[in-house]
Amino acid sequence: MIAEAGLILLWLAGAMSLLQLVLGTAALWPGKGAGAVSALETGLNPLLRIVRPVAVAQGVLVALSFLFLIWLFLQTDLSVKLVAQNSHSLKPWLYKFAGAWGNHEGSMLLWVAVLAVAGAAVALFEKKLRQDTLIATLVAQAAIGLGFYAYILSVSNPFERLPLGQIPLEGNGLNPLLQDPGLAFHPPTLYLGYVGISIAFSFAVGALITRDVGPVFARAMRPWILGAWIFLTLGITAGSYWAYYELGWGGWWFWDPVENASLMPWLAATALLHSVTVLATRAGLRAWTIMLAVVAFSMSMIGTFLVRSGILTSVHSFAVDPKRGGFILALLALYIGGALLLYGLRVRHVKEGSTFEPVSREASLVINNLLLSVVLGIVFFGTLFPIVAQAFGHEVSVGAPYFNAFTGPIALFLVALMALGPMLKWRRDRLAETARRIAIPALLSAGTLVAVLVLAPDTRPLPMFGLAIAVGVGVASLAPLAGRNLRRTPLFTWGMVISHFGIAVALAGMACESAFTKETLTAAAPGQVVQVAGFSVKYNGVQPVTGPNWTAIQAEVEVRRGDGEPFLMYPEARLFPTPPQPTSEAAIRTLWNGQLYIAIGEPSDPNTQSGRRQLRLWWKPLVTLIWLGGILVAFGGFLALIGRLRRDRRGKVPALAEKPSKWEAVR
Amino acid sequence: MKSLRLILWVPLIGLIFFLVFFLKGLNQPEERKIESALIGQPVPEFTLAPGMVGRPGLSSADLRRGQPRLINIFASWCIPCRQEAPQLEQLARMGVPIDGIAVRDRPEDLARFLQSYGDPFRAIGADVDRRVQLNLGSAGVPETFIVDGRGIIRHQHIGVITAADVPNIMAAYQEASR
Repeated sequence: MIAEAGLILLWLAGAMSLLQLVLGTAALWPGKGAGAVSALETGLNPLLRIVRPVAVAQGVLVALSFLFLIWLFLQTDLSVKLVAQNSHSLKPWLYKFAGAWGNHEGSMLLWVAVLAVAGAAVALFEKKLRQDTLIATLVAQAAIGLGFYAYILSVSNPFERLPLGQIPLEGNGLNPLLQDPGLAFHPPTLYLGYVGISIAFSFAVGALITRDVGPVFARAMRPWILGAWIFLTLGITAGSYWAYYELGWGGWWFWDPVENASLMPWLAATALLHSVTVLATRAGLRAWTIMLAVVAFSMSMIGTFLVRSGILTSVHSFAVDPKRGGFILALLALYIGGALLLYGLRVRHVKEGSTFEPVSREASLVINNLLLSVVLGIVFFGTLFPIVAQAFGHEVSVGAPYFNAFTGPIALFLVALMALGPMLKWRRDRLAETARRIAIPALLSAGTLVAVLVLAPDTRPLPMFGLAIAVGVGVASLAPLAGRNLRRTPLFTWGMVISHFGIAVALAGMACESAFTKETLTAAAPGQVVQVAGFSVKYNGVQPVTGPNWTAIQAEVEVRRGDGEPFLMYPEARLFPTPPQPTSEAAIRTLWNGQLYIAIGEPSDPNTQSGRRQLRLWWKPLVTLIWLGGILVAFGGFLALIGRLRRDRRGKVPALAEKPSKWEAVR
Repeated sequence: MKSLRLILWVPLIGLIFFLVFFLKGLNQPEERKIESALIGQPVPEFTLAPGMVGRPGLSSADLRRGQPRLINIFASWCIPCRQEAPQLEQLARMGVPIDGIAVRDRPEDLARFLQSYGDPFRAIGADVDRRVQLNLGSAGVPETFIVDGRGIIRHQHIGVITAADVPNIMAAYQEASR
């Protein structure tokens, strides 16, 4: 009965979203005009007071429905089609659990669950927003939800039972690539960000409906953007690390369409985070901020479409059904098209913001936004180009060379400017003053550049400049703390500093990885010693091992760095019988200055008794900084969020000049 | 102000533009076989030394002798090739002449492989440096081509020939015989 209960809960949640849409729209209907709004504010209209509880109920119902699906997977109830197709009674419980979203139907339910729970959170916790704008926001959120409920209930029902005669004795198992502890938490984290950014979209639509685009609105929207952005950052970082160790190719970013689908909302959300600061502090960039909020979630929806329709092939695409693709496309057209139409109609009524000089904090944030948008455009175009080309009868795939060549230099420029931005004053600053502040970081960058040129003249330009910029920006990003009482520095200033520092750390990792990685591919016989980057790697041979639901060939490798203590590593080639698929489990040893990464391949000739095996060895100096940087960026966001919420709790509308400091902190 | 108003509609126009392509992409037929660009083209020129003692080698000239043939690219170190062996034997019994191109192999390993898994091959060429395989537009083993009597490539099969594939291969062979 669990499946039926889950389905009923889902129908009820759908009904709630319809109710939320209808009640909210009725409340905002222009016929009632200003009367409705004032009634809202005085709390007299009983119809309106019900919108918030309905939104909360919707969130609770769909969350319960999703829990019921997890329950079915934990029980391995094979009479449910989805469980039979994607689970197996012998799987470890963690993967039974993760199996609930390791498939199309389950992941769509998670999607809509995050959407509704985020909406419920807004209904519960949002206190700053004008009442009518809040109702309009909940209407927009309900409208999005309604479409996706319709989608799930009509063509993608996760609770569907198998006909009585067709219940299998055993399930098909989860895609082995997805059977990994990292993956158990990667999709939910990413979805919290990916779908959480829908709140920014709904805020923007709500503000367009009620013509309420101003600093108060921006301050209300900012924590929601921050929250989603933190999860997006963590999700992308975790996904990158997962691809790094699970796919066994030694790379950390593949420009796979689905990776791009998570990167694009992140780029837009990052731009939004900065522009909303200008709106909150200086009341500028109004129309632009609204646009970015629409774009950010549009990118999430386009990403969902790309992944779920199977229009592009990728590791992440599950079962493909053209009916589903068409449905999501229709929703996409409706929501993004609707929001952009509203934007075109309404945004001209948005008041012009305050002005600023070319050398100012605002100007630097505008440049940040422009560059982020350009990068976003490049990634967007590269990801979608195969579809456009296909329409003209060409099969093209766009890969790393395009993305690296075009985004690399712009991203470097962007990061370099990041050193400058937080040092500038709002409204107007003096060029000479600015040059003086940036002198030390600039000198450090130049020094690094010279050092790399002398010590490793063969380094390609992009990683070389990357390293130089990382050093300068790393130092410059700490500047806003200089001359301040550190204990009295607001948390959100700490947050900004840590996030910016994290970007520099990640950039340093990327540059080192791409410039100084050492790779060796050999067919090693047992007992043979291979050298890579100062490591002697002795291949001891292979032995079969058995896991809970897989068998593997495990190699034993004895590694010694210079004259140091030897240690053992065990790379594996696994075979999952249900469904049959080989995967590679690389062995990774993290040392203080990098990672040694070993993967084994095919036996080079199994018929002879030599026992030679392909061994791939990588020494990746400082590669861990990439993910450490990602975590720092997210942590900085977290501190900023706490700082904002605390200040809101105290109920202060921040004044423009707070404690004056040498470097005025970002507000 | 007028030009500014137009700009406001640019995102919507951009969206419509991409939606059209999405729709077209969705309606694209699902069948997306990666075929070698060499289908319908003559076999690239090559001459390969015999892969093992007592067996002729293979050259492109051998493929222009009027009779269609099946060219199987394989290797003794390739595990999927073992699964394919029974199907090749079956095709040979059905009267399909089969030549082999052994990629990066050694005569003694080849002999052992053929002894264990069956030997349907008329000739076996030794493609020591993979050059012929790559010239044929093949990236992996096993892979199978059907070449008609004039040396034109008529069909390509990537991966293992399973029992279910045998009728297709046979049909392609008969097509090439016409």
